[in-house]
Amino acid sequence: MAKPRNALRGPLDYGKSPLLIGFGIVVFVLLYAPIIQLIAFSFNDSKRNIVWQGFTTKYYRVAWENAALVEAFTNSIAIAIMCTIFATIIGTATALWLWRFRFPFKAAAEGVMALPIVIPEICMGIAVLVMYSRVGGWMRTFESGPIHWWNELFSIWPLNLAAITAAHIAFSFPFVAVVVRARLAGFNRELEEASKDLGASEWQTFVNVVLPYMKPGIIAGALLAFTLSLDDFVITFFTAGPETNTFPVKVYSLVRRGVSPDINAASTVLIVITLVATVIAMRLQQQPDKSKG
Amino acid sequence: MENWKENRIVFWVTALPGVFWLTVFFLIPLALIWGMSFGEKTSIVDIEVTGTLANYVRSFESVYVQIIWKSIWISALSCALCLAIAYPIAFGICFSPPKWRPLLLLLIILPFWINLLIRTYALIAVFRTRGTLNFLLEWLWNLAFMDKLIGPYQPLELLYNNGAVIVGMVYVFMPFMVLPLYATIERLDRSYLEASLDLGASQWTTFWKVTVPLTMPGIVSGVILVFIPMLGMFLVPDLLGGTNAIMIGNVITDQFKAANDWPFGAALSFLLMYVTFLALALRAFIGARSRGRVGV
Repeated sequence: MAKPRNALRGPLDYGKSPLLIGFGIVVFVLLYAPIIQLIAFSFNDSKRNIVWQGFTTKYYRVAWENAALVEAFTNSIAIAIMCTIFATIIGTATALWLWRFRFPFKAAAEGVMALPIVIPEICMGIAVLVMYSRVGGWMRTFESGPIHWWNELFSIWPLNLAAITAAHIAFSFPFVAVVVRARLAGFNRELEEASKDLGASEWQTFVNVVLPYMKPGIIAGALLAFTLSLDDFVITFFTAGPETNTFPVKVYSLVRRGVSPDINAASTVLIVITLVATVIAMRLQQQPDKSKG
Repeated sequence: MENWKENRIVFWVTALPGVFWLTVFFLIPLALIWGMSFGEKTSIVDIEVTGTLANYVRSFESVYVQIIWKSIWISALSCALCLAIAYPIAFGICFSPPKWRPLLLLLIILPFWINLLIRTYALIAVFRTRGTLNFLLEWLWNLAFMDKLIGPYQPLELLYNNGAVIVGMVYVFMPFMVLPLYATIERLDRSYLEASLDLGASQWTTFWKVTVPLTMPGIVSGVILVFIPMLGMFLVPDLLGGTNAIMIGNVITDQFKAANDWPFGAALSFLLMYVTFLALALRAFIGARSRGRVGV
């Protein structure tokens, strides 16, 4: 018993290997250190961001008083909320469609639906840019045109924001579909049959049996769409006109000029929002399945 | 699963929203740039699709071939480093106590959800001339009395080179590599490992001859999942590499944002798409082959 700790370790207990644990700790530290530094320096009372000079929240006020930054932030949140609503509805419908039906060319349909997830973002960004530039002129004649209700509509939700939102929905709803479909895979279809045998209509069965089962998946998908939209830089960078900014696009233009503590403050706010949404989504996805009999 | 003909109303109600949105805001735009990649500029604003291959031919001019080659090797090297870091991490998580696994996995994935731009910005603060790393090195330098022996510490230029881009890519994409690896390593039948060890193979041999081949589908998925976005990335080379580390994503961006040569940009981005399709086909092929082998 010269090495009691090693004697306790079986040949497959790699989880107890000090080498692996040490490596893991180093990786975790390196992964989080830059982010923690960014958050810490948003509270640092120094413009140059190198040495700790004392705690302050003044850079949050500086960021808050920067009208362009706040407007970009509001745009981002507004787009993310609209995107979440649409992407969740469309994604859920798509998940139901692919889960429930057998139809010709289904494999091809699944492949195409997964395409926005796999292709490089930049390709989608420029594709949408090209389409908007084609349709743009035509749409703008309507925007300032004689049709009154159309005008009204765009005074509530400006065309630029709508254009970005539409692109965000297109790349985020396939993610929602994947999450909801993964949830549906565990659904016992006999429950649906039982409901219909007992006289419930298609709609009643959907609302009372299928929908409650899907709920954690739908919420997780919705939060995923929210973070995807809030985080997107590339696609917004290409689709946004010069007069519309979202938060990441605005930060990009600031970052090119250098590091400054008010960007740290604004970034910290965004990090907190995203992380809260993500943690909730992950918890919901890992929830043990109670409705499975 | 039911045949679509049994309930046509529900079929169309569930199918149409997604199909419509994807067609209008994804497939038509892609078709447009695909067409444009065979077009040429007739004036400052007009582009005519003439079926010319000139844009593709131009991408093989030496200056662009160099950039494409650089994009490929930087992505390949970053991808390999990601794999080298992510594999032990995924392996360690799989063999950790079951109640720890969800938490460890969450901790690895969490940074991936933080805005890419913010994570890249955080790296700038670490690597810039008066950044954290240089500050740490200066402290160590002074600690070792090197300032007395050799002279004051000269800050290293860590940003704006290929190395910075590679470190940035690995930092940004490593968590993404862990997921597919974790999924396959977790399904790994441990009795194979026991058998190999019982039959006298060393841990090293067992790892390379049993574990790695059995988890190959996860390795292939992870590599493709990480390699494709790396190849098209323009944010990381732009912010960390500057003008010294231009990749294909930066060239595409320039065609649309500055140079105003859309047909050429379209052709370059479709080269990326062809590579993507090729990679996906490769994955499908390898997946089918490994399933076939298990079946036998």
